[in-house]
Amino acid sequence: MGRQVKFVQGNEACVEGALYAGLGFFAGYPITPSTEIAELLSARLPQNKGIFMQMEDEIASICAIIGASLTGRKSMTATSGPGFSLMQEALGFAAMAEIPCVIVDMQRGGPSTGLPTKLSQGDVNQARWGTHGDHAIVAMTASNHQDIFSVTVDAFNFAEMYRTPVILLFDEVLAHMRERLEIPSPGELPLVERLKTGVPEGVDYHPYLPREDGRLPMSDFGGVHRYNVTGLFHDMWGFPTEDPKIVYGLMRHLVDKIEHHVDDLTRYREYFAEDAETLLISYGSAARSALHVVMNRRQRGERLGLLELQTLWPFPAALVRQKAEKARYVVVVEMNMGQVLQSVKAAVERPDRVSLANQVDGTLITPTSILNILRIIQGRGV
Amino acid sequence: MATKDYIRERFFPHIWCPGCGHGIIMNALLHAIEQIGLKKNDIVMVSGIGCSSRISGYLDFHTLHTIHGRALAFATGVKISRPELTLLVPMGDGDALSIGGNHFIHACRRNIDMTAIVMNNRVYGMTGGQYSPLSGYGTYATTAPYMNIDQDFDVVQLATASGATFVARSTTYHVHEMTAILKAAILHKGFSVVEVMSQCPTYFGRKNKEGSASDMMEKFRARTVPLGSKKKQEDPTLIERGIFVDKQMPEYCEEYQKIIGRAMKDK
Repeated sequence: MGRQVKFVQGNEACVEGALYAGLGFFAGYPITPSTEIAELLSARLPQNKGIFMQMEDEIASICAIIGASLTGRKSMTATSGPGFSLMQEALGFAAMAEIPCVIVDMQRGGPSTGLPTKLSQGDVNQARWGTHGDHAIVAMTASNHQDIFSVTVDAFNFAEMYRTPVILLFDEVLAHMRERLEIPSPGELPLVERLKTGVPEGVDYHPYLPREDGRLPMSDFGGVHRYNVTGLFHDMWGFPTEDPKIVYGLMRHLVDKIEHHVDDLTRYREYFAEDAETLLISYGSAARSALHVVMNRRQRGERLGLLELQTLWPFPAALVRQKAEKARYVVVVEMNMGQVLQSVKAAVERPDRVSLANQVDGTLITPTSILNILRIIQGRGV
Repeated sequence: MATKDYIRERFFPHIWCPGCGHGIIMNALLHAIEQIGLKKNDIVMVSGIGCSSRISGYLDFHTLHTIHGRALAFATGVKISRPELTLLVPMGDGDALSIGGNHFIHACRRNIDMTAIVMNNRVYGMTGGQYSPLSGYGTYATTAPYMNIDQDFDVVQLATASGATFVARSTTYHVHEMTAILKAAILHKGFSVVEVMSQCPTYFGRKNKEGSASDMMEKFRARTVPLGSKKKQEDPTLIERGIFVDKQMPEYCEEYQKIIGRAMKDK
């Protein structure tokens, strides 16, 4: 089968990526601007014996996908800010119980009901720290529909590889904008399938005893191994414990399994970053405007470059430090009050070089706005 | 198979207080499972948070101990993915009907084939004796030192109005009846709700001067009557036990299979 070309919304690009990755179960609750994901999957999933459920709220939605994942199905939910807030407790459960799943947050203006039909990138830090307690998390984004497709596939792969919830942080502009999407042929992108235990029936299976490489082979609910899954700190059988040694070991495992694989988890794009005097760092829809400025000014001989982050968590600090090494000015372009800015400042040498070019009025930052801010930072005036 | 073959002895002793009714419910449930002849690999037990919800850890099934109030939502994801499995969802009264109230009514309405067991001891035991939505007006609790003015739910009426296709009530005093009811509930195709009145001598009993565990169970005997009993007409304050609803309606997983059939035809 050849490549299929479509003209689609970002929501549909995400749906295509999820189906390509092998999505078998979706549960969700209507919310702008992510609703089209649910609508499309209600039609597409049952065509291949997949399951779509519209639940009573976002809490039930994330709980249902965790339950479905335990039976071996690749599972996803999609929402926006208010729903993402409701999902935080269960997100922590998925992190603690190490259940693979994908949560799409089509970001809109917040806090609260905010700007339902307008964009924002205000949920970046919520994705990192929204659920209570120490934990590691994977969160990814993209700036165009081709990349939405591929990071959605990555998200499912990482969820299975690391047995973790993965968050996709797209936004309203991407969700509703239409552009070309070329769907790769089956087999063109690698897919990670669930690692199943080889322990035979009747032999003691330890669902929470990591292999040397940190991975946990799973056994599906309904299979030959019966075990306990809990959000409490638990031992290798999944049974609750308060033993300080086991508690410490599990916390270390939950953090290290992600933080030790930052390189593997990092996806990014770069444009003229190598010799950039001014390096823009951006992501999501804001990176579209940043890229436009870079291409435009390069033609006029200005040494402007762009580092576009696709993996936001775990934050690729070493990559950012290295790419920003030679730049005189580092400018973070984002649609919030400086959420990635803080991570960039913490990552680079001479953080006083780092400035913020942002816009928080619900509309997409334009190349002209970025350029005006750059001129002031560079001391050249608008 | 003996009932002891269904438990994970490795994880005993359990956390329940002396006199707690929850062990009696666990025992009745295991007898029901044994009588039906279900295989351990075919049973998934999903629970939430609270004293009652710890039951899942002690039993040798596929067990999922989730977050407060959400057990039915997790169970829904498991069941529709593997409809051939038997889903048992034990919950406390606060877990099922306070924080989990929304999931409870929607699971009833959806009529997905699983058995919800409300282990009703009328109190939040795990956190130390606060009033629950089933404590009732006039009771006392650690958060109602002057008297509880919250009215309570009637689980049977709530489940019936919400569309559950099997609704029943029993008590820890009536163990054989409870076993028979649980057996019928598990065998029922559709969403089953079984309320079991259970005693918490540690908190509800102490705060409300109801005496020992056996005094509380004696009250279950004296203050409840079989459904349709004449005594109820003479004394309307008596609580009825038995099977209130047992009807057939389209079951959710079966209906979804038909949706898959339609979608594949349209493809």
